[in-house]
Amino acid sequence: MSNAPVDHGRRRFLTIATSVVGGVGAVGVAVPFIASWNPSERAKQAGAAVTADISKLEPGQLIRVEWRGKPVWIVKRTTETLDQLALTEENLRDPGSDVAQQPAYAQNRHRSIKPDIFVAVGICTHLGCSPSYLPNDFSEQVEGIISGFFCPCHGSKFDMAGRVFQGVPAPTNLVVPPHMFIDDNTIVVGEDEGAV
Amino acid sequence: MFKNLMSWIEYRLPFMDKMNLHVMQYPAPKNFNFWYFFGSLAMLVLVNQIVTGIWLTMNYEPSAEGAFASVEYIMRDVDYGWLLRYMHSTGASAFFVVVYLHMLRGMMYGSYQKPRELLWIFGMLIFLVLMAEAFMGYLLPWGQMSFWGAQVIIGIFGTIPFIGEDLTLWIRGDYVISGATLNRFFALHVIALPLVLVILVFLHIMALHEVGSNNPDGIDIKKDNDGTVEQTEADKKFTFHQYFTRGGKKIIVDAIPFHPYYTVKDLVGVAGFLLIFAWVIFFLPEGGGYFLEPPNFEPANPLKTPAHIAPVWYFTPFYAILRAIPHPFMGAVAMFAAIIALALLPWLDRGRVRSVRYRSGLHKINLINFCVSFVALGVLGVLPAVGIYTLLAQIFSFTYFGFFVLLFFYSKNENTKPLPVRVT
Repeated sequence: MSNAPVDHGRRRFLTIATSVVGGVGAVGVAVPFIASWNPSERAKQAGAAVTADISKLEPGQLIRVEWRGKPVWIVKRTTETLDQLALTEENLRDPGSDVAQQPAYAQNRHRSIKPDIFVAVGICTHLGCSPSYLPNDFSEQVEGIISGFFCPCHGSKFDMAGRVFQGVPAPTNLVVPPHMFIDDNTIVVGEDEGAV
Repeated sequence: MFKNLMSWIEYRLPFMDKMNLHVMQYPAPKNFNFWYFFGSLAMLVLVNQIVTGIWLTMNYEPSAEGAFASVEYIMRDVDYGWLLRYMHSTGASAFFVVVYLHMLRGMMYGSYQKPRELLWIFGMLIFLVLMAEAFMGYLLPWGQMSFWGAQVIIGIFGTIPFIGEDLTLWIRGDYVISGATLNRFFALHVIALPLVLVILVFLHIMALHEVGSNNPDGIDIKKDNDGTVEQTEADKKFTFHQYFTRGGKKIIVDAIPFHPYYTVKDLVGVAGFLLIFAWVIFFLPEGGGYFLEPPNFEPANPLKTPAHIAPVWYFTPFYAILRAIPHPFMGAVAMFAAIIALALLPWLDRGRVRSVRYRSGLHKINLINFCVSFVALGVLGVLPAVGIYTLLAQIFSFTYFGFFVLLFFYSKNENTKPLPVRVT
């Protein structure tokens, strides 16, 4: 063993250098453990955005696409339907869509990007049944309103912007999923990066 | 021959010495009452959970497709599977019963006060891990309440500004609660958290034995005594480990060895506990819908929300605080604050008198206020959050936190009774 005097500066430097390098290594090792909790490629695939062609969608028509296991409606609303949205606002629970059931760009009276194209998750906010689309017979449920959504399970009613009426079991408006238009005839549900 | 073997081991690993230190020659105050059962009972339930848990994993299938059916298989087709599962599921509730009573004991007798702050902190960490363990375990049967309960609890993390959404995605490992979530919860529930729990329990006991046990009088037993306090005839009969007598320099009074005196006493507690526990397992295994909730007898269905989602009873006091605050994130903050406040008790209580026996009438009333608030919040957390219930939950959340605020102010100059010199 050498009897050379202890070089404290050198010892401190080596201690700190070893700690820093070791710490960096520990952080590096932590990355795969933490990252493995992210959704797997299979989960991402199953949850990926879906594209729908709406070029053949007639006014008043509703089509369904499946996104993350849920039915998503795409409806082309007629001008008459859009005009009626203003009529019953005093009977709605949340006419201004204050509850965050939609992306910011859909927080308007028609709850959509383009006024006529309405996109919503077709699941009642009460107990998860799928409401029926009543294009012509909704006046049986709410007088004077031609079309709307009616949930057969417990009688919840929604207008043509998915806004819930008062006095029904459903607490909130229908969910509007993130979506965007690639062009006039193609809509992507589940993604809105860089859109609007 | 045997003696030689023992000393051969003892020389290399002083096992008997450690047993003496922590069990046979550990000086415990002689005046423990029944409130001191709950620590050892918590250990008993921990062992029950680990053993029955290991046996359950032998037939349980951790996948979204197979979990629910495998639990039914355990219940119906595995010999005594129903018993093992009910021991485990009611064991979870029993765990919280004894832990809550154990914590109340600590609050009554000021067991968190100096020098037992670290002991209390370890206890609170055990409580936190226990809650995580129970929550993750509840997802495993993959019933309706498993699924939607987890949805609500994971949703709490979603209320955190900016990172909430990404955090919930990371926790779930999917866009919805799915098999990925189930499998990681299974891994944490059966390996990671039990390991952490056992290590924390070990540290809890080590910290306890270093500072010594408190007692219902909240005064120190005379361990640091160099002869000024006289030993009674009874005191002279006991041998305590030299670690506590500082190599024979100190004379310990008012203490008895943990074994056999408290091991035998705790056996009475164990017998009483097992009587009730067995009765629940055999005659009330679902706890009237509070230990196992009715919707959990239906498989998880992401498209169908149960009419009323309530967590299991042991979470409801904190859940009621969460719901009492209208703002989601502030509600989550209040809920965590309710637990943090408990952990900070050693510093919020500025008093020097530990036991409620010698503290002011105000403190007694305040402690009752805490108990009433906690139980009331527990009841409200099961009920739907409508009208009068929300208002009541707000009132009791206020009185819950009021306990800590009041304590902080009056404990500085509290009108306490004179302390006895020796334990009674």
